Amino acid sequence: MKSDRIAAIVGVAESDLGVVPGSNVLRLQAQAAKRALDDAGFTKDDVEALFTAGNWARFPGLMLAEYLGIKPKYLDATDIGGSSYESHVIHAMAAIQAGLFDVALITYGSTSRTSPTRIPSSLTLRYEDPFGIPSPIGHYALAAMKHMHQYGTTSEQLAEVAVATRKWAMLNEKAYKRDPLNIDDVLNSPMVAEPLHVLDCCLVSDGGGAVVVASAKAAARAKKRPVWVLGHGEMTSHNNSVCSMPDLTVTPARESGRRAMEMAGITHKEIDVTEVYDSFTITVILTLEALGFCKPGEGGAFVSGQRTAPGGDFPLNTSGGGLSYCHPGLFGIFLLIEAVRQLRGECGERQVKDAKIALVNGTGGTLSTTATVILGRD
Amino acid sequence: MKGMMHLKPLIDDDSRTFWEGAKNHKLMIQWCNDCKKYIFYPRIICPHCFSEHVSWVEASGQGRIYSYTVVHRAMPPFNEQTPFVVAIVELNEGVRMISRIIGDREKISIDKPVSVVYEKIDDELTLPYFQLS
Repeated sequence: MKSDRIAAIVGVAESDLGVVPGSNVLRLQAQAAKRALDDAGFTKDDVEALFTAGNWARFPGLMLAEYLGIKPKYLDATDIGGSSYESHVIHAMAAIQAGLFDVALITYGSTSRTSPTRIPSSLTLRYEDPFGIPSPIGHYALAAMKHMHQYGTTSEQLAEVAVATRKWAMLNEKAYKRDPLNIDDVLNSPMVAEPLHVLDCCLVSDGGGAVVVASAKAAARAKKRPVWVLGHGEMTSHNNSVCSMPDLTVTPARESGRRAMEMAGITHKEIDVTEVYDSFTITVILTLEALGFCKPGEGGAFVSGQRTAPGGDFPLNTSGGGLSYCHPGLFGIFLLIEAVRQLRGECGERQVKDAKIALVNGTGGTLSTTATVILGRD
Repeated sequence: MKGMMHLKPLIDDDSRTFWEGAKNHKLMIQWCNDCKKYIFYPRIICPHCFSEHVSWVEASGQGRIYSYTVVHRAMPPFNEQTPFVVAIVELNEGVRMISRIIGDREKISIDKPVSVVYEKIDDELTLPYFQLS
């Protein structure tokens, strides 16, 4: 580790999760915000910057700030899908480094389970939508099929990811799906878009989360010990049109991950726990390859034999992931929450022993954009 | 009945030539007069070199399957058409587009050559589909 101590995550929390009828995105974000500030030992008056993402309002950032009673001097509502929240941490750190503020509150909320909304066709997807491709699963299915064809990756290997992730969820009392799962269960679940079955797909749930980022100065007065942002990188390849993605088997994490690790000055072997967006089982395999944990094409073999499950030698998605814990849309914020808890040693039964460094990688759109954050404790 | 089963794409100055071409059984893509590369989807500026000198050309209609999926669950109006094959077709010109592959599903695989065919949905919309060559 060579990184300077510039910014730290000092507070994390979820809102109510799962099925939350009668709620709305503002209530869920307020709930998570209050809990995360409590976790940090901060109050709303400490908050100078506010970050959120989502398409639930014309001006989501303004609406949220007003609802929370916060008048931010810095507002960022960057929405790049599932990597938005890793990106928010990166942007917050850059602004802290520039001396613009000391404390940022980052929140997410979604009622995608109880009030689903259908995304209208867009200026660029109008050349794809008339052919009936379901998005995003159809796009991820195209990537999975390509990977299988190119490298011989199997449905069993994809299922390994779902099964291992479920085993972590069984150790997390907040997880939505906690009943045992085996490889045959995944393979026998209904096909949605070949080769992806229902159980290759993340959950659809309600919920929200919040993260408090502080400068080194502000982190010194936080209630809990800081989890430092040691390195970061962002990269965008394309929007929703996977036709614009140069290679369907290589995500932008190859670039964002490389830069994040360089900045942190760490090697893969120093990473104790890894949290990557698992929108679909294939997303995990592609991401592990892109991040350089294994060579291109070796992701299937890498996750085989339940290597990423509790007790395996590669602790991955230890909350139970979007596949089994919760998935209210932009799961990136929950990756950060779990990584911070692991580094603080707060994870009880699912605690990765002596975890000091975590890698978090959000993936947004249809393998379109990634943001990688390396976190570590002193 | 077919017309109700498809989403109608928005027609404007970016897209008109493509959809009008399909109606006339021509697969229209763009070509950059400066960097000499093909472009799809259509736009006002070349995404390779940022030149504004882009023009429309008729593509060969020949390509290969870059990847595909068989869709078993879809949102309306496509739910009534499952299972169907959606693919990324890489045209011989090098650009890729999403389309359907029609014909015997068992024979479809990645890298197989395909040719364009036209599916008239209604008077307003014809879709360029592909079949194995």
